[in-house]
Amino acid sequence: MIKLDAKIPQGRLKEKWTNYKENQALVSPANKRKLDIIVVGTGLAGASAAATLAELGFNVKVFCYQDSPRRAHSVAAQGGINAAKNYQNDGDSVWRLYYDTIKGGDYRSREANVYRLAEVSSNIIDQAVAQGVPFAREYGGLLANRSFGGVLVSRTFYARGQTGQQLLLGAYQALMRQVNLGKIKLYPRTEMMNIVIIDGRARGIITRNLITGEIQRHFGHAVVLATGGYGNVYYLSTNAMGSNVSAAWKAHKKGAAFANPAFVQIHPTAIPQHGEYQSKLTLMSESLRNDGRVWVPKKVEDAKAIREGRKRPEDIPDEDRDFYLERMYPAYGNLVPRDVAARAAKKVCDEGRGIENNPTHEGVFLDFKYAIERLGRKVIEERYGNLFEMYEKITGDNPYETPMKIYPAVHYTMGGLWVDYELMSTIPGLFVIGEANFSDHGANRLGASALMQGLADGYFILPYTIQNYLADQITVKPIELSHPEFEKAEKEVRDHIKHLMSINGKYSVDHFHRQLGRIMWNKVGIVRNAQGLKEAIDEIRALREEFWKNVRVPGTADGINVELEKANRVADFFELAELMAIDALHREESCGGHFREEYQTEEGEPLRRDDLFMYVAAWEYKGDGQKHEWELNKEPLVYEETPIKVRNYKVAK
Amino acid sequence: MANKTINIKLRVWRQNGPHDKGHFEEYELNNVPTAASFLEMMDLLNEKLISEGKEPVAFDHDCREGICGACSMYINGRAHGPATGVTTCQLHMRLFKDGETITVEPWRAKAFPVIKDLMVDRSALDEIIKAGGYISVNTGGAPDANTIPIPKDVASRAFDAANCIGCGACVATCKNSSAMLFVAAKVSHLALLPQGQVEAKERVKKMIAKMDELGFGSCTNTGACEVECPKGISIAFIAKLNREYLNANLMP
Repeated sequence: MIKLDAKIPQGRLKEKWTNYKENQALVSPANKRKLDIIVVGTGLAGASAAATLAELGFNVKVFCYQDSPRRAHSVAAQGGINAAKNYQNDGDSVWRLYYDTIKGGDYRSREANVYRLAEVSSNIIDQAVAQGVPFAREYGGLLANRSFGGVLVSRTFYARGQTGQQLLLGAYQALMRQVNLGKIKLYPRTEMMNIVIIDGRARGIITRNLITGEIQRHFGHAVVLATGGYGNVYYLSTNAMGSNVSAAWKAHKKGAAFANPAFVQIHPTAIPQHGEYQSKLTLMSESLRNDGRVWVPKKVEDAKAIREGRKRPEDIPDEDRDFYLERMYPAYGNLVPRDVAARAAKKVCDEGRGIENNPTHEGVFLDFKYAIERLGRKVIEERYGNLFEMYEKITGDNPYETPMKIYPAVHYTMGGLWVDYELMSTIPGLFVIGEANFSDHGANRLGASALMQGLADGYFILPYTIQNYLADQITVKPIELSHPEFEKAEKEVRDHIKHLMSINGKYSVDHFHRQLGRIMWNKVGIVRNAQGLKEAIDEIRALREEFWKNVRVPGTADGINVELEKANRVADFFELAELMAIDALHREESCGGHFREEYQTEEGEPLRRDDLFMYVAAWEYKGDGQKHEWELNKEPLVYEETPIKVRNYKVAK
Repeated sequence: MANKTINIKLRVWRQNGPHDKGHFEEYELNNVPTAASFLEMMDLLNEKLISEGKEPVAFDHDCREGICGACSMYINGRAHGPATGVTTCQLHMRLFKDGETITVEPWRAKAFPVIKDLMVDRSALDEIIKAGGYISVNTGGAPDANTIPIPKDVASRAFDAANCIGCGACVATCKNSSAMLFVAAKVSHLALLPQGQVEAKERVKKMIAKMDELGFGSCTNTGACEVECPKGISIAFIAKLNREYLNANLMP
């Protein structure tokens, strides 16, 4: 059993980060030049960390699977980034941002980390503006803010609907500047395949060049994973096609604990699935719920008629429409938090009232008719014109005339590798930042907080905490790449690839991935129960066995081989999937994005069980590579200064 | 959504590496759902090729929601295909007719060597950014974000330029393979903002020098880039770039 030491500094909540920084060890400029750091991933967390570490003087090697670091999937974040600036004079503060985040996460995140996140949030905005990020502004020239779900203040900064893109370009440009200065060496189109551990410390990685197929060894005094989330285990998600868990998973199998894998955020407003061939789900901004009303027909026959094309949504009179969010949650209505909206959509579709003509009938309406009647078409056009256009391009429907069709989609994973206050995993020298760690969002993430966390970790936290680790590494000479541990790690990679290529079975990787996704979506999705989860575990194991017997990876390993890339990633998803189901089964409570049917109130609301489950579930890999087993380690969550409440969106408060 | 399908013929460019001559290959693909995106159609083609024991077509793609800039196909003679204001991944099959022959080629430009099939090497664009496409500030020490007010319309114009996704459609569509729209977008984005004006002159000189060095052609104002840019970046920014460049050289 590993000892989970969160290393939370002494003092009051508001003093902890200051105390930490005053007492931590630092590395002198002369010694920084002698230290090599590997950063994997170039999204907001990876790019910002790499640039900042290089500015400080470390030698940084950066890896990404994309052809350019600017394409990492942070680029797709739409809505905005939170910061406790209180520019709107509406009563915001570090404490409020902290409290909203910890409450929004349903009290399943670590007090000290979340407080620090809120503390550094302001610096991120300053930094981004200095880099030239063109945030929205008011006529007077000052920065504009807007409000987001689940909070009472306007603290979200945004750049049209492309905030992630603009922040990523800022970090990417900072990174490229360091490449130009020779402090960063960049390896695009390169995938991390394994981690190298020497004398108990992370000392390097094994990579595969996706163009030449070359397997390479890289040394680092420390390794930083910024490789994002694992939503693609569901096959369909809002993630990019290449987003994967492999780097984190390889580290997990070498000793890094994986925390709260069952905590997945399902976003309520994506365009529904339209066919078997579909490759991904497209998100429609959450802001649409400000003016759109969500409904399904009251009558099952009407829903059926709509699916079959015998009726149009416009044919259903108001009295036959069920505005179910307004009915179930009168206080918040269509603006309930993401997890609540997602569950309600599933509930009405399970009742047979789903409206989409797809195999599962999963879809509900988001209707702007009422807003257009109230405000006029022009106002709606100004607010959502570009989103409506995008929707029409994808679906061929015009949302000014007929309601949008939406359905929840897997969007973000709160779980990830366990890290302590210093963002170090249970492997010394292995740091994990951004969505890849289990982080600050507990069981549910608030809107506009992912960008905040990625950049907080990369710009303002890791560059401090990593020095506390590196301070006693200054005399360590770079380890020869011929070291037996490098040999061994590379051999594992080669054997793995050889094995996959030798199966020569009947079915494509996608064939298996789609089936895995279906199991996960149906049984480890929006709503879970013990029986379904047990079935899921059996089904995942059986399908995994079938995958290893019957997958077909064509071509060779010595060049571009997209099928091989997919096979490598899906093999890891198969193992992660089992752990997600195990974690969901063990957590006999409902909290945030994790809803267990057995644990709900009489009104159907989630029943959190603080007496039994107020802890981080950090799973330790105990398998032998063939049979997978895990041991549960618990990090109790202690709330020293935070009042603990129950989330309730039925009443305003 | 009706489950309509069409049958199509594809002429796809196949090239086994930068030194291979390359050629078109023809494929028939039946029952393509019109609700599928162009890349989902390519997935169907690849699945078919794999099942026939043939090699799948290599192409770049990632976010599939029009923002990462990875996808890059020249379809029926147009960068990102027949629709305007979209990337290849946002193009849908309902725009094509039953029985139609669709020609798919890679970006063609000296500075974008073909890696394989439809996949090209666009690292030259990163090289241009690397040469100076940034504001030289280190992390920490930035003043409060509201210290310098920026007029709303200026910030908005800077955004219009910053909107570039680096896909390279402008280069691919230009008869001179010029990267002027790409460079103009970054130079304008940063030169419009007070934060970026400090090193504006140095920046424009370095980026233009790098662009020339990498083998991109010159701009002859044909305006094709603006038409094919999936983000609608205006060639007015090229005029801005020219002013910035002249200014930097005449008044150093």
